[in-house]
Amino acid sequence: MNKLRRLSFALLLAIVLASLGADFLAPAGYATQFRETPNSPPTRAHLLGTDALGRDRLARTLYGTRVSLLLAPAAALLSTLLAGMIGGFAGYVGGAWQKASMAFTDLFLSLPWLFLLITVRALLPLNVSPTASVMVTFALLGILGWAASARVVCAGAAGMRDSEFVLLARASGIGRARLLFIHILPNLKPVLLAQFWLSIPIFILAEANLGILGLGVAEPLPSWGSLLRELEDLATFSGEFWKLVPLALLVVVVTSFQFLISHNEVSA
Amino acid sequence: MLITVLVGAFLTATLIRLAPGFDADVQQLDSRLSHETVEAWRAERAQNSNIVRFYFRYLGAALHGDFGQSQTLNRPVRQLIAERLPVTARLVGWGVLLGWTLALVLAFSVSLIRWVGFRWIAVVCAGALLCIPSAVLALAFVILRAPAFLAIALVVFPKIFSITRSFLEKSYELPHIVTARAKGISELRVLLWHVLPVSGGQLIALAGVSVSLALGASIPVEALCGIAGLGQLAWQAALGRDLPLLVTLTVVVTVVTLAANMTSDIVNESLKPRAA
Repeated sequence: MNKLRRLSFALLLAIVLASLGADFLAPAGYATQFRETPNSPPTRAHLLGTDALGRDRLARTLYGTRVSLLLAPAAALLSTLLAGMIGGFAGYVGGAWQKASMAFTDLFLSLPWLFLLITVRALLPLNVSPTASVMVTFALLGILGWAASARVVCAGAAGMRDSEFVLLARASGIGRARLLFIHILPNLKPVLLAQFWLSIPIFILAEANLGILGLGVAEPLPSWGSLLRELEDLATFSGEFWKLVPLALLVVVVTSFQFLISHNEVSA
Repeated sequence: MLITVLVGAFLTATLIRLAPGFDADVQQLDSRLSHETVEAWRAERAQNSNIVRFYFRYLGAALHGDFGQSQTLNRPVRQLIAERLPVTARLVGWGVLLGWTLALVLAFSVSLIRWVGFRWIAVVCAGALLCIPSAVLALAFVILRAPAFLAIALVVFPKIFSITRSFLEKSYELPHIVTARAKGISELRVLLWHVLPVSGGQLIALAGVSVSLALGASIPVEALCGIAGLGQLAWQAALGRDLPLLVTLTVVVTVVTLAANMTSDIVNESLKPRAA
């Protein structure tokens, strides 16, 4: 592990731990309003100041980080599982099934990702509870984000279908299901793992885009997307750098993920 | 391509039809409206409730150039698309052009200037831009009052730069290029005569992908910068659950994306050396 990867890992770990310790580090909570001090600059009581509704910015940033950092990997896991099932099965079976599956995948890929995401997200109810909106947003990212990964997995499975060890296993009379689950899928693990890691920063950025456009996590629950909506007011920005902390955290986390995805994993 | 477009449009229509609250319209709650007006609206919405009937009626009318009436903007969809398509085409066109120019100039400079510091600066700049959501870039350009196509360019640039740099690095490892450099051929000549012909095909294939990338970025950019283009229209249509408008937009976006990919494939094929 080189120095940059170590530093990225340490930064990510520190941010994850800070977000998990939000209850201790920012006991005010993300929804508590301090109505006498709205839009306050950083003070001892509020280290990052308060927002327009008088809520503690540090608490909202930490809880928002927790939401994004816990659910983006969950969405990545869902999309990787879908990619593994669709792409892996298509590559393993081959023939008409592979062609049909890849045509369906191409259909998904022919539409810009954000266009598809916004269209489908807007069709789902927007006036749901904050918890439900978190689930809907990240589930959607997982359900719609499988196509690119499925292509890679399909290519990997198709390559394995004609490999010598699979031919030998077939010649030994191993059943198709056993061949798929015991021999092919474990060998696709590096590809699936790479797709999982690659998806996390993509989903974090997608949630941020949705949040800024008002289609992400519902108030009062914070996420990086909803926290970044505050930047809309920066037309009156006058050196209030503490307002940029969520953006800085997002950039640090996404950059750390990019460094952590090693060249070997990506090319696997 | 035609099948992809038709299936894509049908899937979009089905999704919108199945969305919760499809038949509801806030306007129906307006107490100033007469009972007849509300009933007329309901009847109009009910016409679209059978998705198969809606889709085939839509296709039949589309063949005659009629894409229906926007339910939210109350204007013909064809007119809306015709008004806004040139705006988005200009925005995306300039954005893609500038993004590509920046990416190629920087990637070639990194290849030619063998100074590690310069390479690091280029990689860090591109990497930092990759980590910023396109909506944040759009907001930054609103605050800076800078042209919006620059935001599109900054979305396209880092991806093209990273991939181009990777292609070039792989090309530089090829035996004939290593030999050419060992023989003392100038770096510029190696790049133009030996490296570019090898990685040119892959770069042309990227052109189609960059159009799709820019179209996706045009949604937050147009929505946040207040530009009346297709991205903003898609945004309004999605929020208003405007079935005819969303289906037509899906068709337009799919056609543009597929056409861009097909064009880059055709150009790529035509540039491939043929066996005598």
